[in-house]
Amino acid sequence: MAIIRDIMPAFELFQPATTEDALGLLDRYGSKAWVMAGGLDSFDWLKDRVKRTEFVVDLSQVKELRGIKAMDGGIEIGALTTLTEVVRDPMVKEKFSLLSEGAELAASPQIRNQGTIGGNVSQDARCWYYRGGFKCYRAGGNTCYADTPTAINREHAIFGANRCVAVNPSDTAPALVALDAKMVIRGKNGERTVNAEDYFIGPAIDITRMTVLQPGELLTAIRIPSTWAGAHFYFEKIRDRPVWDFPLVNIASAQKLTGDKIDSIRIVMNGLAAHPWRLKDVETAVTGKSRNEETAEMAGQMAIQGAQPLRYNGYKIPLTRNLVKRAIRGVQEPTWVS
Amino acid sequence: MGIVEFARSPWGQDVPIHALWYLIYVSAAAGLIFLVVHAVWARYFAGADEFAPSAPVQASRLPERVKRHSFAARAFHWIMAASMFALLITAFLPKVGVKFDWVEYHWIAGIVLIASILFHIIHATFFMDFWAIWPDKQDIQDAGNRLKLFLGKSAPLPKRFAKYPLENKMYHMAIVVTGLSVAITGFFMMFRVQTPFFTRNPYMFGDMMTGLMYVVHGLAGIGLIALITIHVYFAVRPEKLDITKSMIFGTLSREQYLEHHDPERWVVAELGKAAQK
Repeated sequence: MAIIRDIMPAFELFQPATTEDALGLLDRYGSKAWVMAGGLDSFDWLKDRVKRTEFVVDLSQVKELRGIKAMDGGIEIGALTTLTEVVRDPMVKEKFSLLSEGAELAASPQIRNQGTIGGNVSQDARCWYYRGGFKCYRAGGNTCYADTPTAINREHAIFGANRCVAVNPSDTAPALVALDAKMVIRGKNGERTVNAEDYFIGPAIDITRMTVLQPGELLTAIRIPSTWAGAHFYFEKIRDRPVWDFPLVNIASAQKLTGDKIDSIRIVMNGLAAHPWRLKDVETAVTGKSRNEETAEMAGQMAIQGAQPLRYNGYKIPLTRNLVKRAIRGVQEPTWVS
Repeated sequence: MGIVEFARSPWGQDVPIHALWYLIYVSAAAGLIFLVVHAVWARYFAGADEFAPSAPVQASRLPERVKRHSFAARAFHWIMAASMFALLITAFLPKVGVKFDWVEYHWIAGIVLIASILFHIIHATFFMDFWAIWPDKQDIQDAGNRLKLFLGKSAPLPKRFAKYPLENKMYHMAIVVTGLSVAITGFFMMFRVQTPFFTRNPYMFGDMMTGLMYVVHGLAGIGLIALITIHVYFAVRPEKLDITKSMIFGTLSREQYLEHHDPERWVVAELGKAAQK
C-alpha cells in the first residue's frame, strides 16, 4: 500500500540537454529508467513509494523538445511544451482551438505552467486502488479492486473495460484524437509516427500501460495536420469541482459543416474507457445529416449503446448521451438536460 | 528467483498472484535442450530396438493396414492440438512482447479445449480400451530391463510394446496433469472475464484461492511449452513418422505393427476374430 512521505526516495538523476543524450540514457537503462517531463505524475508515484526507480531521466533541460511551430498548414508541438504555452499559443488558438480549450481546462494554472503536453497525454491512470499500491491487474496482479461489489468506482470505465476498469484522465488526449494528430516517437531504432488514436491502448492490448510507448522510447512531438484547422469545435469537461480536477467525462468534437449539414465529424470522449473513446458509429451516422435536435438526439442514443456501468458510475451513461447531444448541437447548455 | 510472484493483498496477507514469467524461457529452453540431447543420442548412441520374441501370429490374417485410431480419436487429437497451440500463442506471445487483444481468443480456445477433453474422457472411458494408455506392470518391468541393458548389465530383452509405447503413456500422463490443470483453473478464470456463457463473477474465490489458480494455470501452461515442443519433435522424427501418419489416417502398416507391437498385448480385431475361430 502507499506510504506517503514528504521526501523523495533516492535515485540517480540524469538531466540530459539533448534528445540524443536522453535516448542514450534510456537505451542504457532500458525499463529501469523513469522518464520525467513536468514531474507532476512522476513525483506522486515516487514519493508514495508505489513505483520505484533507480534512474530518473529528467527531460526538462532538453530545449529542442519545447515550442510550437507551423508545419505544412498544421503545427508541431514539442512534447515538453507546457500546457500554458499550448493554451496561449496564437496558432493553436486560431486553428485548433479545440486543443487550447482542452489544455486550459486541465488541472490548475500552476499545474499547467509546469505540466507538459507530452506528460498530459502519457499520464497514468488515476484509479485510486492502482495509485494506492494495490497489486491490481494494472500493477501486474490478477484482481481489479475497483470492480468489486463494494468498490468505489464512480470515476471508472463504462466502455472498453477488460479486467481493469481504469480510465484515461487526459483532457488534451481526446482533442488530439479528434484533430487526427500524429505522435512522433523516437527510440534507438529511429523515429516512428503513430496516429493519436493508436497511441493510446486499452487493457485488452496491454493491461499495464496506457500508451504504445516502449521502454527506451520518447514521445518527442505532436503533429496536428491541417485537416481540421478552423473546423467547428466543441470541448466540454465535466468534473466534480470547477478547477483542479480530473474529468469525470470530457468530450472533444470537430465538425466540418456546409450550412447546417455535417460533412464530416470526429467525436472523442475521455473518462469513459482506458483510452480516448472515439464514437465512430456516431460519426458515421451523423455524417450527411443536418445539425439539429433530431440528429443530436439520435447521436446521443447511439453513443451509449454497449455501455456497461459499474455499481457507482451509471450516471456516466446519461452524461455521455447529453454531452454527445451538446457536441452535435455545438452549444453548451447551462442546465442539465436529458 | 523462485517460480511464483507474491503480492500483499489489501488485507495485509502475502498471496501468490501468478507464475514468474521468466519460466516461459526456461520451459522453451528445456524443450529445446531435450530435443537436441535426444537427437544426438538417437544419432550417435542409440542402438536398434531389440525385443524378446513375440508369440507367432499368422501375418496373412492381418490386414495390410492395422487400425490404430478411430476417426473420433483422431478428430479429438487434432482439435485439442489446434486449441492447445491457440492457447499457448495467445497466452505467451503477449508475455514476450507481442501485444494484441488476446483474452477473447484465449478463452474461446479454452472452451474448445475443455469441450474436447470432456469428449475424450467420455469416449476413452466408454468407447475405447481405457487402460491401453496407462502404464502396466509389463511396461515397468520392460523399462527396468531396457535401462539395465543400456547400462551394460545383463537383463532379459523387453517385450514388444502394447498399443502404446511406455514413452507415449508417460507423455499422456504428463498431458493429463498439465491439461487438466489448465482446463480446470481456466474454467474458473473464465468467470473473471466477460463471456456469453456465465454471468461474470470475479469474486467467486478469495485472493489466496484466486492467486493459487493463477499460479497453477501459469505453471501448467508454461510446462506445456516444453511438453508440446517435445511432442512435435517426436512427431516429425523419421522413425516415428508412421505413428504420426496413423494419427492422420488412422492406420499403421502390418510390418510396423509386427515389428514394434506385441500381438498379445495389442490384439487387433482381425487376429482376435481368427483366434476365436
